[in-house]
Amino acid sequence: MADTTGTKMKRRLTKRKSSLFARGESMVWLTGAALVVSIAMILGLLGIVLVRGSKTFWPQELKSIQLVDGRSLMGELTRTEEYKPERHVFESLREGDREAARKLVSGNRGRSTRYLWRTGNRSPTRREGFTEVSDFHIKSETFPEWAVTIERSEWGRFYGEPVAFLIGDEKAATDPAAAWALFEKHHDDATELWEEAAQLEEDEVGGLDALFEEQRLRAKSVELEHGKDSPQHANALETFAAFEASQGAERTRLRAVIEKMRAEAGMYSLAMRTSDGVEEQVRLVDITRAYAANRLGFTQKIGIYIARWWEFLTAAPREANLEGGVWPAILGTIVLTMFMTLLVVPFGVLGALYLREYAKQGTLVSLVRIAVNNLAGVPSIVFGIFGLGFFCYAIGGSIDQVFFQESLPNPTFGKGAIIWASLTLALLTLPVVIVATEEALSAVPNSMREGSYACGASKWQTIRRIVLPRAMPGVMTGMILAIARGAGEVAPIMLVGAAKMAPDLPVDAAFPFFHPTRGFMHLGFHIYDVGFQSNNAKAAEPLVFTTTLLLIGIVLLLNLVAILIRARLRRAYLEGG
Amino acid sequence: MIEDGDMQDDSTQAPVESELVASPEPRPAAARSEERPLADLPAGQHGARMGGVFEAVSRGVAFDTEVHATMAGKDCVIEIEQFNLWYGTAQALHSNSMGVPAGQVTALIGPSGCGKSTLLRCVNRMNDLIPTVTTKGDMRLSGDDIYGPGVDVIELRKRIGMVFQKPNPFPMSIYENVVYPLRIDGLRDKRILDEVVEKSLRGAGLWEEVKDRLEDNALRLSGGQQQRLCIGRAIAGEPEVLLLDEPCSALDPIATGRIEDLIQELKGHYTILIVTHNMQQAQRASDYVAFMYLGRMVEYGPTQDLFLNPHLKETEDYVTGRFG
Repeated sequence: MADTTGTKMKRRLTKRKSSLFARGESMVWLTGAALVVSIAMILGLLGIVLVRGSKTFWPQELKSIQLVDGRSLMGELTRTEEYKPERHVFESLREGDREAARKLVSGNRGRSTRYLWRTGNRSPTRREGFTEVSDFHIKSETFPEWAVTIERSEWGRFYGEPVAFLIGDEKAATDPAAAWALFEKHHDDATELWEEAAQLEEDEVGGLDALFEEQRLRAKSVELEHGKDSPQHANALETFAAFEASQGAERTRLRAVIEKMRAEAGMYSLAMRTSDGVEEQVRLVDITRAYAANRLGFTQKIGIYIARWWEFLTAAPREANLEGGVWPAILGTIVLTMFMTLLVVPFGVLGALYLREYAKQGTLVSLVRIAVNNLAGVPSIVFGIFGLGFFCYAIGGSIDQVFFQESLPNPTFGKGAIIWASLTLALLTLPVVIVATEEALSAVPNSMREGSYACGASKWQTIRRIVLPRAMPGVMTGMILAIARGAGEVAPIMLVGAAKMAPDLPVDAAFPFFHPTRGFMHLGFHIYDVGFQSNNAKAAEPLVFTTTLLLIGIVLLLNLVAILIRARLRRAYLEGG
Repeated sequence: MIEDGDMQDDSTQAPVESELVASPEPRPAAARSEERPLADLPAGQHGARMGGVFEAVSRGVAFDTEVHATMAGKDCVIEIEQFNLWYGTAQALHSNSMGVPAGQVTALIGPSGCGKSTLLRCVNRMNDLIPTVTTKGDMRLSGDDIYGPGVDVIELRKRIGMVFQKPNPFPMSIYENVVYPLRIDGLRDKRILDEVVEKSLRGAGLWEEVKDRLEDNALRLSGGQQQRLCIGRAIAGEPEVLLLDEPCSALDPIATGRIEDLIQELKGHYTILIVTHNMQQAQRASDYVAFMYLGRMVEYGPTQDLFLNPHLKETEDYVTGRFG
């Protein structure tokens, strides 16, 4: 014994003969390299999203540029790139400028820098909000002191210099500083009043509308119950007509009040001059935010940056989702994911329990297991199609036929809805939960089960009191994977309820607070919609990154909660903390 | 049935039957221990005779258990009669018969794989959990059939406490561990539960160490404490019998000593059947010892007799360490 160890030691000391492979050194490098590559890719992706997503809302300085052809423009720089200008590019310049341009480019080894300026000022007649300019187009640049960025509630940003402040048709100030001072004084009051009017309209008029619909449905259900032209039906129609008449007066009164408020709020406006000398009036109520971009200090910039993020997180989207916020999408994503989790975890755990604890292990169970695993490989769009056909049309349609006949042909359940989307995603993530739970169940030591049985516990008591608590951390792992998968899915929910713009939130203050039949917005779908369905791709691009950043953040947050719970469970059930 | 099982192992059974006779008095292989008059064996026999047992076993032939005469007429809580067990088609227990005397400690010894744990686990039907297991033969707990039709396994297990090789406290508080057998019966009365916890933990010799931290997680106890907790849990339900399956094999010598002392204290209140690898432990802690070999019970008698004055040469070889 001592001899053999002795020779072993001797061999160890002279490594020369053992090959690189035998010592496993090369495997260290291989595995390390694989890890580095994966981490680099992940960090690269996250880095791009983080950098581009977080700078979207930073208030930029406004530059005014005079071009060689005499035009001038003002805006925010959004992109800079190098390119090799073709010969014909110079032909488009005026003859006198061509030589200078050629010289500039050839001095730069044939390359030129191209800038993309967000010049805003879109209007019904002017759709393009961006201008591309190459370095040889630029004659001079300035930073006008009074350049102002205005975020409008419609048509996006407006860049210009204030020339006057108007109350009605009367000019209250005629120089930039005074006009700006007046703007800051009146802006909050005007918008507040405007919003009050909108709120009144929504609440009161909306309430009247709901009442009207209720009465109409009542008449309709009498018709369905007793038949058309029955005495009951005639009676119901009469009641309905009387109600309609009484409501008319109330409606008119409300309209007048709302109109008055709107007129009062709408009389303030700011007269602006754009870089190309056009004067335009912007109503204060149409301005969501305005700042004199080149006069901002660092703290003010941070203030605007935070305010913009706040708006993005809390406001509803405007302007085909290019302006405003994504609050409905955030809420939709969270509600959808949580509801999905609520559905999939109990289902998956019960299924895994049967497979692992009750079913007789054999060919059939193996087949079921293979089928479940294969389910994870089915393209997610297929789940969407299945959800649309089965949940929305078959189940939802049947519910409508039985319980909501009076509102047909308008579907109540038989359409895309958050409940169907949750169910579809639950189905999609079911394999993940089942597989993870099964792993966790099989990792529960048999000695635990035996100990429980020996105490005289039944199978179910053993499962409930010993096995399940022990397996809970593993179940949570499945849940985390399901959340990560489910929250990011776009393809299936497109078909079963995600909407570009959902007027009502799936969760709100109105009874019964959770509205399972409503459509919803979703961050993933929002990314797709803004990024690929928008008619203003350049303005959409930064928002895509920001929304992605947000979605990653939310998934991370949901996971973090689950991970914390799991850590607690682990301490309790595995380490005895 | 036994012969059938053996024939699977050895197709040349006929010649073996006549060759089995290495013992002084040739007996037919199918003879059963209880058929044989115990008086055959002189009580104070000196010098063990050759049993021919190992040879018989290697040939797959049945033989009789050498039961010491002093075992007769004991008041037995567990009676095992002609008990056979198969894992699938492989037979692990071959017509074992023994009675476990009430209020005493009975140890099962034998080399690894001899079936002592299997036999122990048959007493509270833990082997039911393995789907391939089939059994034949009788076992009785205080006269009640263990394997009879219509026996409620759960009720049976509540009458038998069991402690396993590796301490297996449940991942919950010390308190909850002890009251687990009562909890699953739906008992909620805090006063009764408190009483049971104190009584059981005192019984398991753990009370003084943990009385101030009953709400701590049981997994934070040391190995020896965990095992004593498991004993406390096993006696919390006031069982008639305590089954100990190598309770000290995962423990250090000090913790082992504690458990052995505990066994002595519990003796009298409970009938204890213990499986052990450790010959010294069997000698120190038990009143009766059964020596098993390859699924067969070779010799069964009072501990002192079996160790100091074994009837069979094979037993002597094993207990003196010359074999096994």
